[in-house]
Amino acid sequence: MTPSAPPDTRATALPLLGSPREVATHCPYCALQCGMTLRETPEGRVEVAARDFPTNRGGLCQKGWTSAELLDHPERLTTPLIKGQPATWDEAYDYIVDGIRRVQETHGRDAVAVFGGGGLTNEKAYALGKFARVALRTANIDYNGRFCMSSAAAAGNRAFGIDRGLPFPMADIAEADTLLLIGANVAETMPPFARYLTGQRQRGGTQIVVDPRATPTARAATLHLQPTPGTDLALALGLLHIVVAEGLTDQAYLAERTTGWDAVRKTVAAYWPARVELLTGVPVADLEATARALASADRAIILTARGAEQHAKGVDTVTAFINLALALGLPGRPGSGYGCLTGQGNGQGGREHGQKADQLPGYRKIDDPAARAHVAGVWGVDPDSLPGPGLSAYELLDALGQPGGPKAMLVFGSNPVVSAPRAARITERLRSLDLLIVCDFVLSETAAIADVVLPVAQWAEEDGTMTNLEGRVLRRRALRKPPPGTGTDLAVMAELASRLGRTGDGRSVAGGEQSGGFSAEPRAVFEELRRATAGGVADYAGVTWERVDAENGVFWPCPAADRAGTPRLFEEGFPTPDGRARLTAVEHRPVAEEIDAEYPLYLTTGRVLAQYQSGAQTRRIAALPGGPFVELHPDLAERLDIDDGDTVRVVSRRGEMIAPARLVTTIRPDTLFAPFHYSGMGRANSLTGDALDPISRMPEFKVCAVRIEPVTP
Amino acid sequence: MNHGNTARHGSALPPAERPRTSPHHVIVIGYGMAGARLATELSAASGIEVTVLGAEPHRAYNRILLSSVLAGKHGETDITLTEAAGHGVKTRTGVTVTGVDRAARTVTLDGGEQLNYDHLVLATGSQAIVPPIPGLEQPHPRVATFRTLADCRRILDAAQGARTALVLGGGLLGLEAARGLAGRGLAVEVVHGVGHLMERQLDPGASAVLVRTLAGHGVAVHLASSATGVSADDNGVTLRLNDRNLRADLLVLACGVRAETGLARAAGLRVERGIVIDRHLATSDRRISAIGDCAQFGEVVGGLVAPAWEQAKVLAARLTGADPDAVYVPSSPVTRLKASGIDLAAMGSLQPDAACEDVSFADPARGTYARLVIRDDRLTGAVMLGDNPSVGQVIQLFDRKGVVPRDRRALLLGRSLGGAEAPVATTTPALMPDNATVCQCNTVTKGALVRCWRSGARSLDDVVAKTRATTGCGSCKDAVDGIVGWLSTSDSVGVS
Repeated sequence: MTPSAPPDTRATALPLLGSPREVATHCPYCALQCGMTLRETPEGRVEVAARDFPTNRGGLCQKGWTSAELLDHPERLTTPLIKGQPATWDEAYDYIVDGIRRVQETHGRDAVAVFGGGGLTNEKAYALGKFARVALRTANIDYNGRFCMSSAAAAGNRAFGIDRGLPFPMADIAEADTLLLIGANVAETMPPFARYLTGQRQRGGTQIVVDPRATPTARAATLHLQPTPGTDLALALGLLHIVVAEGLTDQAYLAERTTGWDAVRKTVAAYWPARVELLTGVPVADLEATARALASADRAIILTARGAEQHAKGVDTVTAFINLALALGLPGRPGSGYGCLTGQGNGQGGREHGQKADQLPGYRKIDDPAARAHVAGVWGVDPDSLPGPGLSAYELLDALGQPGGPKAMLVFGSNPVVSAPRAARITERLRSLDLLIVCDFVLSETAAIADVVLPVAQWAEEDGTMTNLEGRVLRRRALRKPPPGTGTDLAVMAELASRLGRTGDGRSVAGGEQSGGFSAEPRAVFEELRRATAGGVADYAGVTWERVDAENGVFWPCPAADRAGTPRLFEEGFPTPDGRARLTAVEHRPVAEEIDAEYPLYLTTGRVLAQYQSGAQTRRIAALPGGPFVELHPDLAERLDIDDGDTVRVVSRRGEMIAPARLVTTIRPDTLFAPFHYSGMGRANSLTGDALDPISRMPEFKVCAVRIEPVTP
Repeated sequence: MNHGNTARHGSALPPAERPRTSPHHVIVIGYGMAGARLATELSAASGIEVTVLGAEPHRAYNRILLSSVLAGKHGETDITLTEAAGHGVKTRTGVTVTGVDRAARTVTLDGGEQLNYDHLVLATGSQAIVPPIPGLEQPHPRVATFRTLADCRRILDAAQGARTALVLGGGLLGLEAARGLAGRGLAVEVVHGVGHLMERQLDPGASAVLVRTLAGHGVAVHLASSATGVSADDNGVTLRLNDRNLRADLLVLACGVRAETGLARAAGLRVERGIVIDRHLATSDRRISAIGDCAQFGEVVGGLVAPAWEQAKVLAARLTGADPDAVYVPSSPVTRLKASGIDLAAMGSLQPDAACEDVSFADPARGTYARLVIRDDRLTGAVMLGDNPSVGQVIQLFDRKGVVPRDRRALLLGRSLGGAEAPVATTTPALMPDNATVCQCNTVTKGALVRCWRSGARSLDDVVAKTRATTGCGSCKDAVDGIVGWLSTSDSVGVS
């Protein structure tokens, strides 16, 4: 590649459906990764059709239907920007490389940071981790999945020795006799998933939803538990208390397949129903009904999502629900188990391949000498040259521009100005950098404050793989080439590595394979990813693009090309040293910021149907309705003299937001809700706090203390 | 032994003010719920050595659950509390403290061993009261109090092969014991000296409903009946009342508890009905604290777990220095009757004054009774018996002094928070407004479906393909089907 030319991004896809202008691919948004067909009309317009894939079964929500509108959007970036001014790729690369060199010479290698995203393909997530460790040689790489999946991931690893969101195919969910959903509003966040819930109810199944709001998902359930924000952990401990009290534990399972039960049993003795009722506000009778419905079912499934996980005690909350599942003998039992509902498009694959601060590809640990040796071998570098663990996402963002903190950062597939907690402070930190580089296809709020913006391809213009919420590896296929002037994330990494002169030295490694280098070709990157993950927990060694095509996706782990994937985990044992699942005793604790006289209300943040994550994509699609709002109960509104539609100001210790009030009876009178998709004065994350989970470093997005007041015109 | 003033002057600095030069030794007397909780709270701290001395021979257990053991729901091992383990925490069970020397700062054990303390915590709990009724002077296997795990075992032993039981005392514990024994198949009679049950928590109306509910579970209640004598023999127990005699296979005494203050009294600490403490949990000797059932704060003597645990938390914060200024602020307790088939919550005062609102609902036939006393939009008292879906909300509003809903019926009746809209599918297509959203996932209104039909779509598949209705969660399929059916049979909406 000549330095001055835009990166070569020729698509390598072999269109499946006969026509050169039609490809079978998946939706660009959430972790459900609905199958869809893209067609390019003779006029050059791209049409979306739902595809009958085993996950979405022909369904799509309005986000998916309208996803192609962003391809030819007028706000699409088609030229690099330096300080907001159009520039050539060559100028942009020169600027970036000079800046990186200068920062690293002055402040050391770790002064350049990388921030990735859970929407990046497996190939990109893998390449980004390698780019940080080999080309930049920085310890400081983390990603927005820390704000998404990290609590469930840490709890899953702790209990099962593995973190795959769903350890069973989604189809099992529709077959469950009892389904407990905690902090999951799939009817809005992944509507086609709700088909499984509808099916489960129609079969006569019991469906219990735990949510401080009566969401569409909760309203459709057979029983809705509406706890005080931040008390899911107490709820889980209370349910397990009742299970123990009524003799409903699976003693044989606990004895044969788990460790740690004795300590858990003693801990939950202190969570008798009346105590939990006082903590959560959930009536004893409902707690008992829930425990009994789970225990009496042949097939019972417990699922958590962000509502339970995005807390400073998210790991322990998930652990408490896993303990409940284990006490009932669910994980590994056919049709039963515990799972978490992954959020971002590649939230699963994105957390497996090394863009996490403490991780190497294949879900390996960066401080494990054997893991370092294996991956360094694939990369063609000396294991000792690999940096150690770096800062986690919030800590990384918070350190930017600070003494000893990074002075430059490259952002791929993320928009932390909107999505990070305590966002005003994080924006300030981003602005304080000597050099901020953002790869995006629109001018996101983060791109808007960057020194250099590199315009990159969208999902319909690139090939690669995604791993959905079931751990099923899927193919993303290019329908067309990226528009002239744009590059790809992979090409950007390859070019920067080359210009920095750090591509891995390509020396011969064990096994005689020639390694090293950065490819802009997703297929070549995937082949390298297979080798890098071989033998790891998330083993992709046996996954090929051809198998993915032929088998409607392949479930990892899949260690060899001649071995089947693994749709269901834990049937034989758990991937822990002794093959048993580990129960860990956990205690309830209060929220990081309790309400008081000055800030007397809880604020919880979340998602709405028509928007996705920071909204950088969906807010630009005219057909998708919406704007910021604040939900509150009419009782509260009446006391504060707020009418539906009034402009209100919500204030926390960290900032404020202004948006129209929406009066709903579906929320607790002591709680406000605001979606986090919006920017400017409508940015909910201006309010959220930066208390972090001690294990996962997940910020407490789901609850903070605020007050609300009308804005007088 | 000098109990004099030495312990009261300058040498007895509060722990937080004491320089940390050597490990600080805290002795906790009592390994019940308060003592165990304190030990757990202290176990995380460094620089503190803790010795817990328990008189009962077994590990600390959750006394709250004894009625579940009686009812056969919990096994004994299921109620064991987490051991207060941690570096520096030593637990000794089966030892009795015979004396405290405040001058020497030592405690003496029954074997004569002496232990030094820097700070002493009395968590000695309480004892069941045996009422002064003729015939109860001597223990008998068919007569038991209901307080400890040992009591529980005695009752269960006596209940073996028994068919009838008497319970003296219609307070919370008596009723839980009665319901538990009834659940084991015994016919149970409760004798209560006052005119209504749980008179400190309930009003007569709630009591009347509760009596009815209990009867449905095999528990008969005799109110305003004083016991004048007991005679127990190998075949049973006779309880003499003022107007008649009752006979059964066993008798459970549930006549309240008395704070265990013997050690404190002997050590010269200030004792009234309990060991008197201040908001720092200090007794009259600042090197000695008391928490839980043995302690008296203001006029209130302990007896409930929640305040005991709050006291343990505050004391731990002071002793570890985590929050040297922590003070104990009592909260108003919520009484919850835990018994199969009986759902009762009572809190605060049911004696409204002129400034209070008093709202209630009673449906005795269905065992439901709810009463709220409200002052300045806050609950000052409530009782909820039977099926009250808002009970969790009422309890939290009381506990947190939250503002009650403007419409009080929201709390008295049903789920005040729900308010789910009627599903679209239940509405007749003709009556549905055009702007009603039929398919939420794709924001398709009835009007959009009608327009689609009028522009030529003639089947469900056509309408779905053009509007994308039903392609999300699929739950609107019946509604869309219904609208398309209505459009296809209705002349008025056809293409003109």
